[in-house]
Amino acid sequence: MNPTQELISELATRYGHSREKLLPILQGVVEKEKFLSDYSMVEIARELDLPAAEVYGTATFYSFLEYKRMGTYIIRVCKTITCSMKGKNQILLTIKDMLKIGVGETTADRKFSLLETNCLGWCHKAPAMLINDEVYTELTPEKVREILSDYLKK
Amino acid sequence: MATTYNLKRADFIFRNENDWEKILNRTLQRDKQELINELISSELKGRGGAGFPTGLKWKLANEAHDKVKYVICNADEGEPGTFKDREILTKVPFKVLSAMAICGYIVGAKQGYIYLRGEYKFLKPELEKAIAEFAYYCKEINFDFSIDIFLGSGAYICGEETALFESMEGKRGEPRNKPPFPTNNGYMDKPTVINNVETLAHTFTIFKYGSKKFYDLGVQFSRGTKLFSVSGDTPKPGIYELELGMSLQDFVDEFGDGDTKAVQVGGASGFLVPRKKFSETAIGFKGKLTGISLPTGGSMMLFNSSRSMFNVLDNYLEFFREESCGQCTPCRVGCQQLLIGIKAVKQGTKPASYLDKLMKLTETMQLTAKCGLGQSVANSFSSIVENFREEMIY
Repeated sequence: MNPTQELISELATRYGHSREKLLPILQGVVEKEKFLSDYSMVEIARELDLPAAEVYGTATFYSFLEYKRMGTYIIRVCKTITCSMKGKNQILLTIKDMLKIGVGETTADRKFSLLETNCLGWCHKAPAMLINDEVYTELTPEKVREILSDYLKK
Repeated sequence: MATTYNLKRADFIFRNENDWEKILNRTLQRDKQELINELISSELKGRGGAGFPTGLKWKLANEAHDKVKYVICNADEGEPGTFKDREILTKVPFKVLSAMAICGYIVGAKQGYIYLRGEYKFLKPELEKAIAEFAYYCKEINFDFSIDIFLGSGAYICGEETALFESMEGKRGEPRNKPPFPTNNGYMDKPTVINNVETLAHTFTIFKYGSKKFYDLGVQFSRGTKLFSVSGDTPKPGIYELELGMSLQDFVDEFGDGDTKAVQVGGASGFLVPRKKFSETAIGFKGKLTGISLPTGGSMMLFNSSRSMFNVLDNYLEFFREESCGQCTPCRVGCQQLLIGIKAVKQGTKPASYLDKLMKLTETMQLTAKCGLGQSVANSFSSIVENFREEMIY
């Protein structure tokens, strides 16, 4: 078994093989491999005995289940109304300037991907962003530079 | 007609939860019908925004005949401008867990789930700790009820209860037709009680103090308190517990920055109220006798005169276009066309009268869309276009 097959079989053993375990398994693969490759989706379908199209249809519905290769750190900047009013564009500009990538792109070393996302639920501390599961709020360009510098050292 | 209920602060939700074991144990000794009646007489309505009577929901689930039933806590807090549920789960998780267990006792469910939005994944470790402690206590008092977390993956529509079931069943989060209702055919087609995080926290308050204490707060048809998530152009952004029924003018006097032009009540799927209507608008469920009454899941976004209402509407429509699940045509195509349409009017490639056609489109969506998402796009669209028409054109 290759590493992807091993991961999927391990996840299926942990959660179970029934249809309602599909989301936790997809999430488990994204957590480890950073995205769902066509190969991993076909393998999940095989493991759970589902049509591959069903797995693909479910996976592509959810914005946090990436099906394009992503960087180690996925930056999601909130673009919904309050964050947008409180300076989201400056935050995006700062990140683009530091990492030299646009929204939807990944750095050449595959360390960072930059995305916009809908309401993160931090409107009272806008603007906000997620880096993987970590939340950063009340952002300013200076604060973003500090945060990213720390990640660049990792 | 002006409504004259002043803004009244309250402190029930975040008040200490250290007595949860006592309250839980005491409540589990009581008669089920008596508890249902307690909840019904409190007149608590769902705090997610839809306002379904909680006591009736639990009663229907109690009456449903099935060996397997479920209790689900809806923590898929995705409406723009709301962030209260996260605070509840962070500060007083045991109130929510106890309420789920009490609900399980009343309706006859042994399994509960918390559907936690993917954006709140960082809450999971602490919440799991609380669940483990809770499970230990349930075992100690010999009460059979277990709770698990189900993590979402970034889809707003999964906050709609039937889309949430689909999601938990490993499918695309596409809403189902109603009826049948969740209390008979919910998760895995079994009778299911699904409540918002805050609703569950309020039931804890009711079981602790009795229904009268809760009923005495608020106004007719809108009893009790509610958490409000306040954001936008305000010097005091944050979460506040207030009695229901206050006028929007009182709210703006308290939270505005002195230059409030409009308030969005109920998030992107709610209504925008312009300054001239602040005093005639009350915050509560429908059925009040005076003025306009607006329900809300608690999202209150303030805009001052520096904000363009075109940009606000543009932002909402982009949100809806992306979050529409796409299964029904009125919503999928409607959201796209509304967004294209307002841009065309703004750029002058369509005449101003095109806005009226778009208003008709939102009416059609309200009538024909399958779920609350598509139906409620009309709320913000019509309230913004009607009140700020010139900003849409020039």
